Amino acid sequence: MHIDSKLRFDNFVVGSANRLAAAAARAVAEAPGAVYNPLFVYSGSGLGKTHLMSAIGNFVVQRKGRSAVLVSLDELVDELHEAMAAGTTDHLLQRYMQVGVLLIDDVQFLTGQRETQTELLRIFNALQADGRQIVITSDRPLSDIADVDERLITRLAGGLIVDIGAPDYETRMAILNATCQERGVKFRPGVVEELGRIEFENVRELQGALHRLIAHQTLGGEMLTPDMVVAVLGEIAEKRPRATPPRVSGEFASFLTEIASAVAQHVEQWKTRLSEAIDYWNGEGYQTGMLTRVLQGAVAPKSLEALLREFEGSVTRLRDVERQVVRLDAALAKHDAFRDPDRTDEAEQLLERALRLSSPPPGPSAAFTRAGFEVGGSNQLAVRAADAIVAVPAGRYNPLFIHGPSGVGKTHLLNAIGNGLASECGSGAVACVPAQLFVDELISALQEGNVERWRQRYRNAAALLLDDVQFVAEKERTQEELFHVFNALYADGKQLVLASDRPPRELSGLEERLRSRFEGGLVVSMQSPDRPLRERLFARYLRDLGIEPTAEMLGFLSERQVASVREIIGIANRIVASAEVAAVPVTIGFIRAELEPDDADPARAVAFRAATDPFFLDREKVVWQWADPGARLIEELR
Amino acid sequence: MSLVNYATREITCKIVYYGPGRSGKTTNLHYIYGQVPEDRKGKMVSLATQTDRTLFFDFLPLDLGTISGFTTKFQLYTVPGQVYYATTRKLVLQGADGVVFVADSQAHQLEENIESLQDLHANLADQGIDARAMPIVLQYNKQDLPRELILGSQMLSESLNFRDVPEFAADALHGPGVFESLRSIAELVLKRLSGGASAPPPMAAAAR
Repeated sequence: MHIDSKLRFDNFVVGSANRLAAAAARAVAEAPGAVYNPLFVYSGSGLGKTHLMSAIGNFVVQRKGRSAVLVSLDELVDELHEAMAAGTTDHLLQRYMQVGVLLIDDVQFLTGQRETQTELLRIFNALQADGRQIVITSDRPLSDIADVDERLITRLAGGLIVDIGAPDYETRMAILNATCQERGVKFRPGVVEELGRIEFENVRELQGALHRLIAHQTLGGEMLTPDMVVAVLGEIAEKRPRATPPRVSGEFASFLTEIASAVAQHVEQWKTRLSEAIDYWNGEGYQTGMLTRVLQGAVAPKSLEALLREFEGSVTRLRDVERQVVRLDAALAKHDAFRDPDRTDEAEQLLERALRLSSPPPGPSAAFTRAGFEVGGSNQLAVRAADAIVAVPAGRYNPLFIHGPSGVGKTHLLNAIGNGLASECGSGAVACVPAQLFVDELISALQEGNVERWRQRYRNAAALLLDDVQFVAEKERTQEELFHVFNALYADGKQLVLASDRPPRELSGLEERLRSRFEGGLVVSMQSPDRPLRERLFARYLRDLGIEPTAEMLGFLSERQVASVREIIGIANRIVASAEVAAVPVTIGFIRAELEPDDADPARAVAFRAATDPFFLDREKVVWQWADPGARLIEELR
Repeated sequence: MSLVNYATREITCKIVYYGPGRSGKTTNLHYIYGQVPEDRKGKMVSLATQTDRTLFFDFLPLDLGTISGFTTKFQLYTVPGQVYYATTRKLVLQGADGVVFVADSQAHQLEENIESLQDLHANLADQGIDARAMPIVLQYNKQDLPRELILGSQMLSESLNFRDVPEFAADALHGPGVFESLRSIAELVLKRLSGGASAPPPMAAAAR
């Protein structure tokens, strides 16, 4: 089955026999899942159950932006059987869980289908628990559907049960008039009234009879008269009882007709339309000042459609802005400005402000990658821990505390972890920040009164990687804030990585509560590079500088005791720069001479200084053979 | 009162039957009440004395059903015609959307008719309403009485209808003219909808 777009509330004729059902259906459509859940509608065939269900479906799809699915019980049973055979009933359940309003027609066929009833009960329970609306129709009351699970009956009866009776004279007349108008058919006076008097049991029969009259008149080329109606309809009319139309005084009826015509003439349709739109948007929780002002004015807008489109566009924009703002600052949720298209500018300003205040904290530098990090015996424990963290954030090692002397690669590894985590959860979400910057930001936030926003930035982060933690020592307020941020992130299952030049226990001025937390995960050290690592590092950095090192060179260089990677980089730079200054190739001899200053000649000494001082790297600035070397003068030659 | 409420999609018209005592205002309402089908009939409230004189006012709510998507209700009121009920008349007149002035066609009642019409204008003025902007129709009731006792419509019109408003000869007891008057005032009131106004404008505005 599918929802017929032609079956809507506005073309459902309401009379005394279906007033309650129509009102209940309307209420359900206006607030799916909130009232009368489930709604159970029963009636004989052809009295409008499917029309009402389709009207609900069309309304929620078009006006509420929610999904609706109309299925007959047969279809649902087939689906259930297939799912049970394939063992995919959970998948089926999940599919129905995506539906905003589930409309099930003809549930009287449930009789005896125990297994189907059990699955149906399961679907109903899940949908209702999730606030989704269910509407069910049947051709008989619930109590008359035999052999149904008691639990299912209780569930179905838990909302509202309404019935639709056979249409009365007025309803039949309204239906007939509406159909005639829709089909552009005109009868002689009294014909439709005569048909309306026949007490058909359902609307389908009534419309069938009307179609027969229309066909007879159209094909026969003769205008029907009231006394021909029964003869044309034959048996279907002869056996039916006739209703006596209610006596309406001729004067009052004529008065009503003329008043109706006057109202239709004088009521402004654009105002009606506008007031309906106002009702709808008020129901959605939006202020409608923009529309109300137009409604109160005497002049119709140039284009009502354009006005309504503009309003809807403003609402869409407000919804979008609200979504963004709430992501940045949950405290601004439900702000009045997001419910009033007249205040769109204010809402935009809120977003701008939230964006300004809630820009993500600094992330990891892309320059430091895991691939670019050389692993050796002196750092392999830290690297393994880092790899484990990237593989399973907040798993075994949370927090990870890396300590070691300056220049051994802590910052590189920290950023590499950050990049690894960011590739999983987005770069903006990972905070990788030097502790000094952390302190400076806090001070600025305190000065500007934005501490809460500052906290929120870090609390929203997917991970916090804090470098040079030793800088928070002795800073009580920073430690206080770090403590709370740490706790919040840890509680949320976020990864924390800290780096320092010494282990937590040696950080004087660090509060015990922080120290204990830092030590609560894994504390690893990174030491000065050992010989194999030094050899690899020298080889790598010399190659980076365009020098292909020989084994002899690497053997010599790796024998040197260096404290850090940074020092290795410095030596490599120095060798290459000196060779360039001296305009000689890099050889083992040159390296030995360069790194053993006792054997160096004065020119090499100058070259050495030039290599170590960036100023000297610009040759144009150096006067090599100055008249008085004791008072060497360096000046700008340009 | 709000004539058309687009928000709730309701049209409510308050129509006041005005005129001298015993001119037939309550009779108009009784006739209308008698013609309304049972399912549309509200309860007619009539506060009358033992001698059937209106003590305070009559009130007949008429639910006309849904017309063009609007729930349409007419509220028909009468005022007590006796001179000493001036305050009550003012109260009932408040918020009126239209007035049916029921004149007594009997020749000896002409003076009372004129006084009552002046009283209507004075009461409207007291409420800051320009009578020229208020929908009014005139009904010359009791035209069924013997010719020698009554004034003809032409003569009554010359005496009372100086504003040239719609006028109707009527016999409220038997019906002629009753619905014609009601229909006419209803159309005048509804016509005001086109202007977007929901109540008669104040005099100052109307004067401009």
